[in-house]
Amino acid sequence: MSSPTKPDQELQPTTPSGVSRRGFLGTASATAGAVGSGLLEQTAQAAPPAGVMGPGETEITLTINGKATKVKVEPRTTLLDACRERLEITGAKRVCDRGTCGACTMIVNGKTVYSCTTLAVDNVGKKIETIENLTAGAKPHPIVPAFANNDALQCGYCTPGMVMASKGLLDRTPNPTYDQVKAGLGGNLCRCGTYVGIRKAVLEAAKELRASGARKSGGSNA
Amino acid sequence: MPNYSYPPMEQRRVIGKRITRLDGIEKASGKAKYNSDVRPKGTIHAVGVFSPHAHARVKAVDTTAAQKAPGFAGVSVVAAPGTEINWAGQEIAFVAAQTEEQARDCARLIKVDYEVLPHLVREESLAKAGSRGKPAGEQVTGDPDAAFSASGAVVHEAEYGIPVITHCCLEPHGQVVAWDGAANKIEYWPSTQTVSAVGGDLAKQLELPATQVHTHQDHIGGGFGSKFQSDQWGKHAALLSKMAGGKPVKLYLDRREELTIAGVRPSVYGKVKLSANANGEMTGWDSTTWMTGGFAGGGLNADLLPYVFRNVANRRINHTAVSTNNGPSRAWRAPNHPQVCYITCAAMEDLAAKLKMDPMDFFLKNLDKTPRADTYKAQILKAADMIAWKKNWKPRGSSPGTVKRGLGLALGTWGGAGHASQCRATINPDGSVLIEIGSQDLGTGTRTIITQVVAETLGLPMGGVTLKLGDSNYPASGASGGSTTVGGVSASSRKASVNALEKLFAAVAPSLGVPADQLEAVDSKIQVKGNAAKSMTWKAACAKLGVSPIVEMGANDPRNPGGLTTGGVGGCQMADVSVDTETGIVKINKVVAVQDVGLVINPKTSDSQVYGGVIMGICAALMEERVMDEMTGRFLNADMEFYKLAGAADIGEIEVHMDITPEHDKRGVIGIGEPATVPTIACIANAVANAIGVRVPVLPLTPKNVLNALHNTTRRLA
Repeated sequence: MSSPTKPDQELQPTTPSGVSRRGFLGTASATAGAVGSGLLEQTAQAAPPAGVMGPGETEITLTINGKATKVKVEPRTTLLDACRERLEITGAKRVCDRGTCGACTMIVNGKTVYSCTTLAVDNVGKKIETIENLTAGAKPHPIVPAFANNDALQCGYCTPGMVMASKGLLDRTPNPTYDQVKAGLGGNLCRCGTYVGIRKAVLEAAKELRASGARKSGGSNA
Repeated sequence: MPNYSYPPMEQRRVIGKRITRLDGIEKASGKAKYNSDVRPKGTIHAVGVFSPHAHARVKAVDTTAAQKAPGFAGVSVVAAPGTEINWAGQEIAFVAAQTEEQARDCARLIKVDYEVLPHLVREESLAKAGSRGKPAGEQVTGDPDAAFSASGAVVHEAEYGIPVITHCCLEPHGQVVAWDGAANKIEYWPSTQTVSAVGGDLAKQLELPATQVHTHQDHIGGGFGSKFQSDQWGKHAALLSKMAGGKPVKLYLDRREELTIAGVRPSVYGKVKLSANANGEMTGWDSTTWMTGGFAGGGLNADLLPYVFRNVANRRINHTAVSTNNGPSRAWRAPNHPQVCYITCAAMEDLAAKLKMDPMDFFLKNLDKTPRADTYKAQILKAADMIAWKKNWKPRGSSPGTVKRGLGLALGTWGGAGHASQCRATINPDGSVLIEIGSQDLGTGTRTIITQVVAETLGLPMGGVTLKLGDSNYPASGASGGSTTVGGVSASSRKASVNALEKLFAAVAPSLGVPADQLEAVDSKIQVKGNAAKSMTWKAACAKLGVSPIVEMGANDPRNPGGLTTGGVGGCQMADVSVDTETGIVKINKVVAVQDVGLVINPKTSDSQVYGGVIMGICAALMEERVMDEMTGRFLNADMEFYKLAGAADIGEIEVHMDITPEHDKRGVIGIGEPATVPTIACIANAVANAIGVRVPVLPLTPKNVLNALHNTTRRLA
């Protein structure tokens, strides 16, 4: 289903060129010749060997909405904080701090993820799509007007995450049933209580996407 | 005086229409900027150090190591040595650094020594609370004991409880704030429900004139009654900014602190005795309740009992506020009402079962004890029709099988008259219209409804009106609390735009050759009343102003609202649930809500308020509960994983019916945000009791609590 990927799955190194947390730790321990995990912390604090980042800020390049974007981050900086606090990409929100509520949902390599629970450095080389991308093209992705039309938002703070979770669901399941919509949004929480409109909005956007046959367009250049 | 009355229902072109909210696309595209998204140039970050102890005295605060950490930009101590800490999470210090990560490192380096003191964090047991409980005086009307002992009286006696829950605003409390020390001027971007007043509150904390604080807010990520003050985090973020030479400081609470110290709703527990005569007429009520609103104790008005049916002839009320070592309560969407609604409607449902009466008939029979019998009667019958009550309702516990189905109902009420509000309307010679108001749009649709009122008044399309709110430089408008915003801002913007239009009529009357009072504004034209042939376009009319725009004020005076807004509404909700008696899981099939809300400016956004109120009620009925640990004094589930909220699949189907009728319409505009959430908890709890045949006395209706009730292993209150 389209619930955002849980942290352990997301931390698997998926591309040889990408730097993941696991990759970082592996490199560090191998360089120092340490095997025991008790030495890892010590190793990480020593002068970083070539190819190892941190503990201070390092410049990395993230591919966000199709654009190569340079950003200085610490190894511990999350993808969400890199976007919000360092790149002025503030659509995704920080709410629960720890991978529960979905307000920070982004689409990374085609999968919805909680961007608060993946490190920025783990996303080098991956295709990161944020909500800003849905209105970057000539025509907005149909999920955006569908949310407005169905009054699927109130305070709007969960909305960017809901919209991205919905987009992720529609990318994978272009013709969802009502039950699939309910389950597909199971990783996202709203406090104002906008689910009635949200469920309608996703179904309406699915209909619109089918009608226009434009499921892969709609400003998506990620 | 100009006539400010709204046009008759059938003549309205914009008011009463299902207009899509104006900021919907902005929010749905992630472009809406909340103050937690604001990042002025040079912004630095601050985080807090909070007490891990529920009760302690601060012995020492050592910040020397933090001051040497990379990026350190300043530290401000809240709790000096000697300060008594009264709840876990109470603020000890705030520290700023160049990045948030560095600020967290600094916070970890601050060493605090405490003398740990004994605490009380749980209030279910009034006996254990001892001297921490402060009883209010007993109130007696009539002779309840005589009612209970009267011949033929059917008496029900039981315990009920509803725990403390949190606001859990998705945008945490906090702000970005920049204090320019040289100019002694503060730019302030808080998450607030009161743009016009919160800057004054911050200024007071900093001992500055209110004039020196400029507050901005385009959007707020939820408040629900918890965001009226500038708080410690506002004061200390400002101090840190001044220390850092005026750099903007961003300080928002983490989720743990947000749930722990930024607002909760008081609990209520109690023992209720009530009686009816053989005809099913309620004759007596006696309740002994207690609750906690945190260290301050109070925060729940038991005088509302029995809720809605308060005019019962014989009534005795005892109530005790318990001071506990917990974060303070704050106003929570319809303060008092959901809790007392639950206590009352649950007890009435239980008595109806004892009387072997359909609870709907029992409620109908006793409407003479409510302030609006006719309204409630019509609402009960409408809701019953929507949920097919007469067809689906079965006597308590008679649902067959292991998954049992039940129906329940409850009634609610609220005030919701408009707050004090001022609005400025400008009509420019080029025909553009500017409306300025120091209000805020909490996501309720405030932007949209103000624009509708002005567009209706001036005969313009929605796009012909530019609305600016969310800035303390605009005319002051009230806090968004008590469902008072829609009444206040609709009245002030109506008056401001009528006043401006009168001036425009005066300017163009000579050209149209009639007195100004013979003119009307329709379809972007100024015309002679009822004579479209004698008209000029809006633009041409405004051009008559030459170089001087019209600038007019409008104000809502709550003491004299002139018929534009009133308070006092009723609502009925009914729930249809299924309960798995093997797992204890409650599933919502359907909730129906019938609500009277006066003149409805936008049925689309007001429906959304009701959906939202019902969904919040579902969350509280089924899953929300602050769990305090007696040993450590800490809030165990201060996160969003174990402090549960409902998701898209948990809410069943919801149907809303707004009582939009000429009788209600003529009462004027009334707020809807709060009344809609009042009856939901009680109607769901009653549906569960109806389904499984026993009462789950203390909420939420978690599997554990449901199974305990089914197996008669519920712990008694003491």
